[in-house]
Amino acid sequence: MGDIAIKVENLSKAYQLGDFGTGTLSRDIERKWALLRGKEDPFLRVGETNDRSTAGSSDVVWSLKDINFEIKKGDAVGVIGRNGAGKSTLLKVLSRVTVPTVGSVKIMGRVASLLEVGTGFHPELTGRENIFLNGAILGMRKHEIKKHFDAIVDFAGVERYIDTPVKRYSSGMYVRLAFAVAAHLESEILIVDEVLAVGDAEFQKKCLGKMGEVSKGEGRTVLFVSHNMAAINNLCNKSLLLKHGLLQDYDDTRVIIDKYINSGKESQAEVLGADIQVKKFCSRAIFCALRLVSSKRGITTNFATDEEVVIEFEYEILVDNTILSASIHLIDNMGTCVFSTFNGPSATINVDEFYGKPLVKGKYKSICKIPPSFLNTKNYSINAFLVPENMDDLGIAEEVLSFSMEETGAMRKEYTGEWWGIVRPRLYWSTERM
Amino acid sequence: MEQNTSHQEWDLEIKPHDTVFNLHLKDVWNYRDLLWLLVRRDFVSFYKQTILGPLWFFIQPIFTTVVFTFVFGKLAHIETGAAPQALFYMAGTIAWNYFSDCLTKTSTVFRDNASIFGKVYFPRLIMPLSIVVSNLVKFSVQFGLFVIVFGVYLVKYKFLGSKEPVLPNWYILLFPVIMLLMALLGLGLGLIVTALTTKYRDLAFVVTFGMQLAMYATPIIYPLSTALDKYHGIIRYNPMSGLIETFRYGFTGSGHFYADAFAYSVVSSLVICLLGLIVFNKVEKDFVDTV
Repeated sequence: MGDIAIKVENLSKAYQLGDFGTGTLSRDIERKWALLRGKEDPFLRVGETNDRSTAGSSDVVWSLKDINFEIKKGDAVGVIGRNGAGKSTLLKVLSRVTVPTVGSVKIMGRVASLLEVGTGFHPELTGRENIFLNGAILGMRKHEIKKHFDAIVDFAGVERYIDTPVKRYSSGMYVRLAFAVAAHLESEILIVDEVLAVGDAEFQKKCLGKMGEVSKGEGRTVLFVSHNMAAINNLCNKSLLLKHGLLQDYDDTRVIIDKYINSGKESQAEVLGADIQVKKFCSRAIFCALRLVSSKRGITTNFATDEEVVIEFEYEILVDNTILSASIHLIDNMGTCVFSTFNGPSATINVDEFYGKPLVKGKYKSICKIPPSFLNTKNYSINAFLVPENMDDLGIAEEVLSFSMEETGAMRKEYTGEWWGIVRPRLYWSTERM
Repeated sequence: MEQNTSHQEWDLEIKPHDTVFNLHLKDVWNYRDLLWLLVRRDFVSFYKQTILGPLWFFIQPIFTTVVFTFVFGKLAHIETGAAPQALFYMAGTIAWNYFSDCLTKTSTVFRDNASIFGKVYFPRLIMPLSIVVSNLVKFSVQFGLFVIVFGVYLVKYKFLGSKEPVLPNWYILLFPVIMLLMALLGLGLGLIVTALTTKYRDLAFVVTFGMQLAMYATPIIYPLSTALDKYHGIIRYNPMSGLIETFRYGFTGSGHFYADAFAYSVVSSLVICLLGLIVFNKVEKDFVDTV
């Protein structure tokens, strides 16, 4: 055989939840003692899945559980799953950043992993120096970097700035340079995590092109995590679907994406209080409720395309004199952000009286209306944000609500075929004879 | 599990546990270019946007020597033997600073590099090694300064009739050995501390503050001979004592060569370094999950 690049056997990875900085000395000793006698770790209980919404009985969570798969050389494999499904943990184990708790991974060939753009870049060093440093961190020898130096600079398009410290680079240049280094590594396996989320559209296209070239042209194995199904569909011939740390399926990308989109149909029309899965907390305000409302039918997850979608957003201000705005990202089923919006007067068609005013403690409700005849017949989900003046203190709840737009036929009198596009707005049209 | 797989050879196998004594030194060797680039990075970033640049390497030992000579020599009248006081203090200061920098910088290596360790694999030992090498370069520069001062005093004594004797002797040849041992000791202790601080952060504070106190438990501002009489307990069990005393004795002829103290330093440095490597190696694999 010998054509397998990565073989994963019974792979599991446990994380300890909560605060384990204090009071663990005695437990550490207890654990050491059990391990010394060749027994299992008393604090790891096998058999719990990683479901964030139900509280487990132990404070250990299995972020990956009994994963088995083999990746053939030259395959480009997408890793698909919702937030917290274990995608990043899998990549971390494969790129040796952390060790598995149980099981093993066998790898044939050198691995280059790009879990973050520009790891180890030093702002004071020039582009040239950073190319060497970053290349070496990613496992290249100096002569190998020299060999690819011109190609890297060329790909990144930073010839003029190569002897300028990278702290003076624009963020776009920075990202381009960082990706260029990783993409030109002499490795048989390339592992890429959601790094394309940064950078402009043109550059994303260039990166995807390069990755395609790497896997198809040079026969290297690529593992790629993304929320962007379109990118995975373009790039990967096979895909892994992860859910709650379990491997749901490993098949052709088309099959997996269908499965993933259908599994997303457990949509929610309303989430309240503690059920809201908050990714990042804001210190000045908390989410209280998020719901989707149809003006005719009340709370729902299904809307007709000619119906207004109302997103209600309840939150509690915890500190007096907080200036806060509410913001929403609408995401389509391929992971593309359709639009982002907030209640600032320049971004709305009306004026929100409360925008920009210091608010006193208490509960507030903001609503956002998506006009009728605007969205296409797809599934959409919503990321909600509480944005205080200090942007670092942002409150984030990702994919908290989801809904589907259903065909009514109102726009279908002239054309009945497949309607392309992320949105399907009714627009102004006129024709004149010239 | 092994039988039903093919006979394919694997380049790498990632497993939960590994033997304690597998230190992955071959892996470290493969990444040697990274070591040099990191050392280079340390220097370039150190003097970029400073006016005096590399001169800072000289300013620190010069001022410390001047202050020590004034405070401990002139005010406190600590007996340092016949050798020139400035030379005496400078020898102690640069050697101690080398050891102390190796230890304190190594002791925060996991914390300082948590973000990079969390995103990319390379042998973690490269980081502490680069710190030791960076400090060795810094020490060499300072040692150059010491040699100049040493030369000046030597000429003054030999040809200009100065009354302060500078008597270099054959123990000067132990100098490279002493440097190596100080590096191993600093590295070893630093590795132990950094491994423990991933869980118990208090230790990091103990180190910064402890190193200041430890200097007084080492014959830096006084010769080992004055200390051995009364407080020999602490100072004899300090592995740095034998090293510093021998270093100073070799160059200035002030002090003695204590064979037992030196032998003790050699053994304890080696043991601590090995212990540090083992502990570090054990922690590095999954510290990312706990930091």
